[in-house]
This record gives sequence, structure tokens and C-alpha cells, in this order.
Amino acid sequence: MSDEIAIKVEHVSKNFVLPHEKVSSIKGLFTNVAKKRHGRTIETQHALKDISFEIKKGEFFGIVGRNGSGKSTMLKILAGIYQPTSGRVQTYGKLVPFIELGVGFNPELTGRENVYLNGAMLGFSEAQVKEMYSGIVKFAELEKFMDQKLKNYSSGMQVRLAFSMATRAEADILLVDEVLAVGDADFQRKCFSYFRSLKKNNKTVVFVSHDMGAIREYCDRALLIDESEVQNIGKTSEVSREYSRLFIEQSSSEASAEQKDKDKRWGNGNAKVKNLSLNKTIFTDRDDTLRLTVKVEVFRPDSDLMTGFRIRTAAGQSLHETNTWVANKKMPELQPGETCDVVWELPNLFTDGEYTIDTYVYGEGTVVLDAWDEGIVFTVKRPDAQGFLINIPPSVTIKK
Amino acid sequence: MHKLQQRYRYSFILLKQLVKTDFKLRYQGSALGYVWSLLKPLLLFVTLYFVFARFLNFGDTIEHYPQYLLLGILLWNYFTEVTTGAVGAIVGKGDLMRKINFPKYVIILAGSFSAFINLLLNFVVLSVFMAFGGISIGWSGLLIIPLIAELFIFSIALAFFLSALFVRFRDISYIWEVVMQAAFYATPILYALQIVPHNIAKYMILNPMAQIIQDSRYVLITNQTQTISYVYGGNSIIWAIPIGVTLITVVLAATYFRSRSKYFAEEV
Repeated sequence: MSDEIAIKVEHVSKNFVLPHEKVSSIKGLFTNVAKKRHGRTIETQHALKDISFEIKKGEFFGIVGRNGSGKSTMLKILAGIYQPTSGRVQTYGKLVPFIELGVGFNPELTGRENVYLNGAMLGFSEAQVKEMYSGIVKFAELEKFMDQKLKNYSSGMQVRLAFSMATRAEADILLVDEVLAVGDADFQRKCFSYFRSLKKNNKTVVFVSHDMGAIREYCDRALLIDESEVQNIGKTSEVSREYSRLFIEQSSSEASAEQKDKDKRWGNGNAKVKNLSLNKTIFTDRDDTLRLTVKVEVFRPDSDLMTGFRIRTAAGQSLHETNTWVANKKMPELQPGETCDVVWELPNLFTDGEYTIDTYVYGEGTVVLDAWDEGIVFTVKRPDAQGFLINIPPSVTIKK
Repeated sequence: MHKLQQRYRYSFILLKQLVKTDFKLRYQGSALGYVWSLLKPLLLFVTLYFVFARFLNFGDTIEHYPQYLLLGILLWNYFTEVTTGAVGAIVGKGDLMRKINFPKYVIILAGSFSAFINLLLNFVVLSVFMAFGGISIGWSGLLIIPLIAELFIFSIALAFFLSALFVRFRDISYIWEVVMQAAFYATPILYALQIVPHNIAKYMILNPMAQIIQDSRYVLITNQTQTISYVYGGNSIIWAIPIGVTLITVVLAATYFRSRSKYFAEEV
């Protein structure tokens, strides 16, 4: 990475004008003139508001945001597909966007013909494609199929061919959309090693995704866009935390408490988690112990009660799950109206961020008596542990 | 300067592939393939020839009427192919435009070149007919080249204009269909201009298509053809009108297309 700038975005805003009834006929143009004056037919959607940032040469830059936040619009503006309403974007060096793999692929053409067509879209002349043709085919493992029409390819074969083409793109700046992150495990691995090689070759890569995990995997810095505005820009770990917070805020402000409970709690009701408590709401120290108390009340006797919990990150990823059966503890047989406390203790292996706990009570035949999602939220503030999913305190010895 | 060079290099590469693709796809799956691009105008020619030359005796006033008719049809067909093909061309590439940024004019150029290759093939057929009809052309026959150039430019200018307009107003496809139908009869294709009263003919010939078709017939088929210079005698300023119309169309179309093309991706 150097101090040279690859992309400079200055005060970019983008408005989409959405006529409620699109004027796409000449009659409509005339009849709508009257309505326009009352301002009823046009609605302006602010997809991006005053966005500014810089991306340096050789940087892996992530753009993250929820669905509809404006991140894809930003990518399209960087790619020159959309024009900003105001502000400007400057790019230094050859830029190739991968909003979709295999741009221009035509199902009626053979694999070979599509390689030339897609190659042209990526800016390769016929002579250049001819030169790398055998390499492309070999990498895609499609030697036997190149003279078949693309429509007879499986979707996996198409992706392989398209990806093989993409890896040949000669660009200083690559714009990569999250759609590239789909595919089977094998393909993911190929993508991964391709990204690694880009990094090694000092390419500038802009990667757009709503998946913070993927951003964390590859990016040095990231930009968080929410509600069309820059929320945060900086080191990936910081942005990642901010991104998680968005989801917490969202869930706590969503709908009414009653509705929330309804969505997050189910089960036949033969037993219930009467009370759920945690010794603290904020854990700051490595030596902190998390003590979770689950008070179970029974309404109908059950001979095979079991209770457990699951800890998830704010983004919803499960980190840990256990229950009394796994822990090899038997719950007492309770009569209707009786309660018992199940107390769990666990070490603070968590990293900086916010977490939620789901609890459940199962009965005989693993029937769900009560399941309660996100019953408790807790925060871990650990400046010493950032950017990873868990934090394992190591013990290290060095011998000579 | 280097960037400019890069940009045109990209356009050229794209253009080549799009024209090739168009040719590969055009007659794919049909048994006769490319032969159809020759057969289509020939079959139309045969039909019109029987109706107008044999039954209605349109050809009595003019020598080599079959070749005269065929040339008119070929040129008109080219004009139709380029303009009607262009109407939906930009919208048809909407999906591609939302994925990658490329110079949009390449789409229209590609359509135009495909049709042009067709026109050249058809001229081969025409020359066979001319040989059979005993028509010999001298050096003056080379004047067909600037005329074809004018046809190419006029057609492509309209193509740019129509394709950009269609992005915003989808009525254009129906309007243009009707306009083309009317224009087919308002242009001396089936009939010789001499059967039209002079006070109407003098307006008809100002249409660039009429001027191009008549001039082409004059240089290739027969000097009985009434061209613009014949209709207006020595008034050479009038001759410039169809050329002027062409140039104005070019300027308007280029300006409009350039100003709109940035927004195609979001508007289609």
C-alpha cells in the first residue's frame, strides 16, 4: 500500500427520480404536465447523500451496508454505470467492475465464442484472448465442452468459465460485488486464493457486501453506508462493530414489545423460562465470568426436561450452544407451579461487540416447551480483543 | 491522449465482437442460414415485380425496370433494417448496461455494420441481375460509393436518435412503424418518379432517401432516372437540401444521443 490514491470520491450524491406513474408514452408526457405542477407524480429517492472517501493504491477496501442502504448504487457510480447527481468520482488506473460474472454471456453461443465475447467486454482483443484461451479453459476445467452451446452448460460450469475469465482481467482497480461470494465451497476456495493473489500483486480492490464476515476476511479498511449516508469509515474492525450495532438498534426499535415477544418466543407452554438473568450487562475484563441464570417454571409435569442456551453475535452468527443434556446434568422432576434455577458460568472468551442469548426448554421427545430468542443482550468492551470471533487466552512458552 | 486511445481501442474491440455475434446469432438454427439474407429481398422483389411490372405495367416507362426496382428495394431495406432495428437496440441491451460501463454508441454502430454487410452481399446479387440484363456501367458507376456513404450516415443518424428516444418514450416503436410504411409509398421505390405530377415530385425528391435511391439508379441502372438535378434543372443550391437534411439529422442525433447516453443504464 502506498500513499497514491486510486479512487477519490468527493461529495457524491445520487437521486433517483421515481415518477409514480412512469412517463414512458408521449400521451403520458402531455397528461402528466398538469399533475407535475401539483408535485404529486414525482418522488425523489436519495440513494446517496454527500459521500466522500478516498481509496489508496493497493488497498482492499470494503463497502458494507444493509440491503437498500445505497452500497450497490455507490459501486455502480464507481464503475461509471450510473452518473452521480452531484459531486465527482476520480479513478486513477484501469478499472474493471465485476458486478456480475460473465457479462455479455449469450446462451446461444458456444463456450468458445462466449470467451471471445466476454473477453471483449473486459477489453481484450481477439489476439489477446487467443493467447490466453487455453489457460482459461484449463483453469475452468472445461476442455471437452468448449464447442457446446452455453445453454447446455450447468450453472456451475458457467460460473467456472466466467470466473476463469475474470481472473484474467488486467486492471489496476477491481470492483467486486458480493454476488461473487456465492457458489459451492470449492468455488469459494478459488475465489479466496484469487483475492489473495490480487493482494499480493498490489491491486486495488473494492469489495461490496452486506456480509461483514467476508469484509473482515479480506479488507484493510471499510466504509459503512446506512440510510444513504456514510456512517463510519476506517479500520475494518471498527466498522464491523458499528455495523453490528445497527442490527441491535434495529431490533430494539422494531415493532412493539408485544409483537417482538410473539415473534421471538414459541413453544407449547408446558414449561416456561420464567426469568432470565445475567450477572452484568457489560463485560470489560478478561477475568470476568458470565453467570447466566435460567429460572424454569413447569405447568405440566415432564419426565425429560432439558434446558439450554445459545450465544450469537449481533449479526446473528451462532458462537456457542450448550444444554443440560450435553453438560450431563439431569433436571429435577417438577410439579406444576414449581420452579428451578439453572445457573451457567462461562469464561469471557468474547471479543469486542454485542451479543444476544437465546434460551430454550425442551420436554420428552425433544418437544419445544419454550424457546426464547434474544432474551438477553450483553456487551463486551475489550479494546485488547477486536476483529475476531472469539478470544482465547493463550499460554505460551519459548524454549531455546 | 493515451486515455483517448484506450477508449477507442475498447470501442473497436467491442464493435468487432458485437457484429460477429450478431451474424452468428442471426440465422442460427435455420437450414439456409446466410442464404436468407439474399433470399429475403429477392422474394420481395419477385412479388413486387409480378404485381407492378407484369400486372400493372409500371415498368413500361422505364428501361431495365426489374433491376431498377431491385436496387430501390435493396437500399430501402437497408434503411428499414438499420432504423427499425435501432429503435429497441439500446433498451434490449439494458441488462448489459447495468453490469458494465461501455460506450453505448457501439451498440448502434454494430447494428448498422451488420446491416451494411447484408447490403454488400445483396449488391453481389444485384450485379448478377445487371449482368443478365445487359447493363454495363462505366467509371461513373463508382459514384455509387459516396451515395452509399450518404445512405449509411443518414440511416445511422436516425438510428442514434430513435434508439435514444425509445428509452424514454416507448411509443416510438409504433410511430416509426407507421412512418416507415407511409415513407415507403412516399419514396419512389416501386414507381418511377416521372409518373408523379411535377409539383409533387419536386417535394418528394427532397427526402434524402428519395434522392439517394434516384441518384443510385441513375449511376448504376439507367440515365432515364429522374434525379434531383433533373427535377430542379441547374439549380444546384436545391441539390444541397437532402445533404443538408442529412447533416442536420446527424448533428441533432449526435447531440441528443450524447446527452442521454450517460443515463441509459438507469433509465431503461
